[in-house]
Amino acid sequence: MARGGEGPAPVRIVVAYGFWIFLLSDIIMFSALFATYAVLSGQTDGGPSAHKLFELRHVGIETLCLLFSSYTCGLGILAVGRGHMRGFYLCFALTFVLGAAFLGLELSEFVGMVAHGAGPSRSAFLSAFFSLVGLHGAHVTAGLTWLTFMVAQTAVRGPRDFVRRRLLCFSLFWHALDIIWVALLTLVYLMGAR
Amino acid sequence: MLGKLSWAAIPFNEPIPMAASLMIIVGVLGVLGLISWKGWWPYLWREWLTSVDHKRIGVMYLLLALVLLLRGFIDAIMMRSQLAIAAGGAQGYLPPEHYDQIFSAHGTIMIFFMAMPFMVGLMNFVVPLQLGVRDVAFPVLNSISFWLTATGALLVNVSLVVGEFARTGWLAYPPLSELQFSPGVGVDYYLWALQISGIGTLLAGINMVTTILKLRAPGMTYMRMPVFCWTALCSSMLIVAAFPVLTATFGMLLLDRYVGMHFFTNDGGGNFMMYINLIWIWGHPEVYILVLPAFGVFSEVIATFSGKQLFGYRSMVLATLAICVLSFMVWLHHFFTMGAGADVNAVFGIMSMIIAIPTGVKLFNWLFTLYRGRIRFEVPVLWAIGFMVTFAIGGMTGVLQAVPPADFVLHNSLFLVAHFHNVIIGAVVFGAMAGYYYWFPKAFGFTLDRRLGMVSFWCWLIGFYLAFMPLYVLGLLGMTRRMQHYADVSWQPYLIVAEVGAIVILCGIVATIAQLIVSIRTRERRRDRSGDPWNGRTLEWSTTSPPPAYNFAVMPQVQSLDAFWVIKQRGPVAPPARYDSIEVPKNSPNGFVTAFFAVITGFALIWHIWWMAILGLACAALTLFAFGWMERPETRISGEQLATAERARLQSMDPAP
Amino acid sequence: MEEYAGQQGSTIEAGDEENESSGSIATYTAGLGFALLLTGTSFLVSQTNLLWAPGVPAGLAVLAIAQMGVHLVFFLHIGTGSDNTNNVLALAFGVLIVTLIVAGSLWIMANLNTNMLPASAIMEMQR
Repeated sequence: MARGGEGPAPVRIVVAYGFWIFLLSDIIMFSALFATYAVLSGQTDGGPSAHKLFELRHVGIETLCLLFSSYTCGLGILAVGRGHMRGFYLCFALTFVLGAAFLGLELSEFVGMVAHGAGPSRSAFLSAFFSLVGLHGAHVTAGLTWLTFMVAQTAVRGPRDFVRRRLLCFSLFWHALDIIWVALLTLVYLMGAR
Repeated sequence: MLGKLSWAAIPFNEPIPMAASLMIIVGVLGVLGLISWKGWWPYLWREWLTSVDHKRIGVMYLLLALVLLLRGFIDAIMMRSQLAIAAGGAQGYLPPEHYDQIFSAHGTIMIFFMAMPFMVGLMNFVVPLQLGVRDVAFPVLNSISFWLTATGALLVNVSLVVGEFARTGWLAYPPLSELQFSPGVGVDYYLWALQISGIGTLLAGINMVTTILKLRAPGMTYMRMPVFCWTALCSSMLIVAAFPVLTATFGMLLLDRYVGMHFFTNDGGGNFMMYINLIWIWGHPEVYILVLPAFGVFSEVIATFSGKQLFGYRSMVLATLAICVLSFMVWLHHFFTMGAGADVNAVFGIMSMIIAIPTGVKLFNWLFTLYRGRIRFEVPVLWAIGFMVTFAIGGMTGVLQAVPPADFVLHNSLFLVAHFHNVIIGAVVFGAMAGYYYWFPKAFGFTLDRRLGMVSFWCWLIGFYLAFMPLYVLGLLGMTRRMQHYADVSWQPYLIVAEVGAIVILCGIVATIAQLIVSIRTRERRRDRSGDPWNGRTLEWSTTSPPPAYNFAVMPQVQSLDAFWVIKQRGPVAPPARYDSIEVPKNSPNGFVTAFFAVITGFALIWHIWWMAILGLACAALTLFAFGWMERPETRISGEQLATAERARLQSMDPAP
Repeated sequence: MEEYAGQQGSTIEAGDEENESSGSIATYTAGLGFALLLTGTSFLVSQTNLLWAPGVPAGLAVLAIAQMGVHLVFFLHIGTGSDNTNNVLALAFGVLIVTLIVAGSLWIMANLNTNMLPASAIMEMQR
């Protein structure tokens, strides 16, 4: 079998593959929380349940924000690949704004729930909900921080090889967050609100 | 201001912990003092602490493992001594609150800070050399991984001096580990130490998978990789798949303890069985993470010292891959007795028996490799043969407990304790010792003393059987694990035999330490000038001992399995006419600095010193940004420099024995 | 570590944009379109009687998996080329592990819940 004998892969591929493996490990971490949510989703301890708490219009807007931010992120990567720097900055600025909007909406949802006595320490269901959705939100926050850092680095260093490799990793991360959101949306919100 | 921390945290009124703390403090200060007095700090900083060379990092992992082996073993012998005397009405010398911390620390240290670093260290050192490349995929990440592991080890040992350790066993089951029943800092030390080192381990796994799949010498197809690299790959894949579950589970327990959530509490709808379920989803793959590299070591050792190619390469690879996948399908067998119905128990019981099959395939392949080989009974081969016998017994007692009705009698008895020590010591420790002896000359340029190696082996082998065979009997007689004293005095003779066994193992450990000291003292006599002291088969033996920082000036062209053996058969090769320049990554303080802030953050979180925790975390983030801002620094070695270095190197070498 | 002189730009890996032709904006836009469609359908299925009620969880699951697939193919460029094999295998392994964790946990915990008292009741018995 002659497969795999080409010698070491170029750095660009090594970095992208390593990051892909990291993303898979992150998805596995989420799956442990998903499993916990699925097991504990009925344990409301007499407190508020999913049906009462989730507001699907709100969630729908969040979903659109994140999905479009994934789109603009992809366009931004295309732009920087072709040297269209103005397009890159525009697309990544849009990505940031949409991502921040998502976060803002999610935070307002959390604050509202806590104000109504449905905080994470009220019941096992709520602990699982806040942790699962909150972990995703924390990843989005980290992503926005990373985005800011990458835009600054691109501006100062220019779109050199190592910068573009990192931009690629960022875009993989950002798309993966949207994939996780699809699962979240379906399992937590759409199933829960029924 | 300082959270829960106060002078009461130091065990002034407890003689044994106080004595242990003083020994640790004196030891640490002694080492630091010696280094300062000899002026070694610049050398250490430049050559080791900031090194991103996989060989240096591998050695540091092994050093960490050996030191923590001592700490974990002291815990073990304290437990054995306690049980040897605490029969009938006698209470022994260790009160229960202390004894509970000792068995928890023993398990935690031996698994996370002895066995894991040992295996990761061997993989780190050997894999790039066997693949014919210059380093792992992400050298700076490698350094960060090591230092985060060391952070965890440090925190666990700090708990001995400041505060206490967990009393909940090495897996900290709730509800006992929840705040309601463990209000002290012990469980928090456990959780933060393992969360931090867990990140390090996960990153190391990602690094190793990427290296093995994307960085191999030209011509090295998957089916020409050494078996050790296959086992390293599968072990690393398991790390990537399992450790995130550990992180999530510990994260949830931390949320319960710090924020009052209800994942595993008794009230609020929590379900402690979900913790047990999740922790074993990690826990079972973990033991295969440990054992697969050990299997790889034995494959290399047995083939080399039989003078034959490993029998059944393809089936070895398939068996390793099968073990990798199956290890994720058996985890319930760790809690057969905790409420599942017969249908669930039966499925997992059968899966647990199935997973013994690929291991059996491997065992037969090793036997067939030895058969009709020209066996040289060097120290690593003794470890290998000792392993095959010991692991077979341990494996059998495992399959026995895989039968749920049998497990209902044996769960949490000393039979279980004997079984897992049987397989872990028989495979992982013996494999670690074999690998240590086998690759030591490659790392340091001289072999280890052979006679003391033999002494160490025989002490470990005899000591192991004396220490653990009685435990099988005790388990069948009904003695449970984690007992601080017992009423049935008829158990005492067995426990005394076990204590004797522990002392014999202690002799083995002392022999290993003596071996290192003697070997260093007499190293000129045992210099390895050929780079190939064992007449090896794989590419690491084609370099000098130790290899240059860049491993290979010119990457080897691989044309078959056992690449180096084939190269040797073809006769000496003339050095190339000219060398291309290469780039080697520069050292980086990134790992050390990140770990420094990780220690501060961890300690602060444990003691609820919130301002310090935020500061530590912020500094760690700043470190990440600062090093991320810079481009990865590299040193260029020109073709002429390489030519000079290689000429000097080749001149200093003798031909292989 | 040298910048290994491999086949620069002739292999395609996850997210690799180097060789995409100008049709890539089309790829992303198509992905967006499909994703929007699937999202809208999910909301409709969940909130209306579009689908037979007992089949709704399965329907939502199918739509979610489809949308995740859309993301993987159109945004992350996971494809069927021979250079992509490592990525696909890694993804397959990941999917296997996730399935085992989620399905295994649900099966085990349901089994335990039918056989055992809840923790609060056990604690009551201790008093």
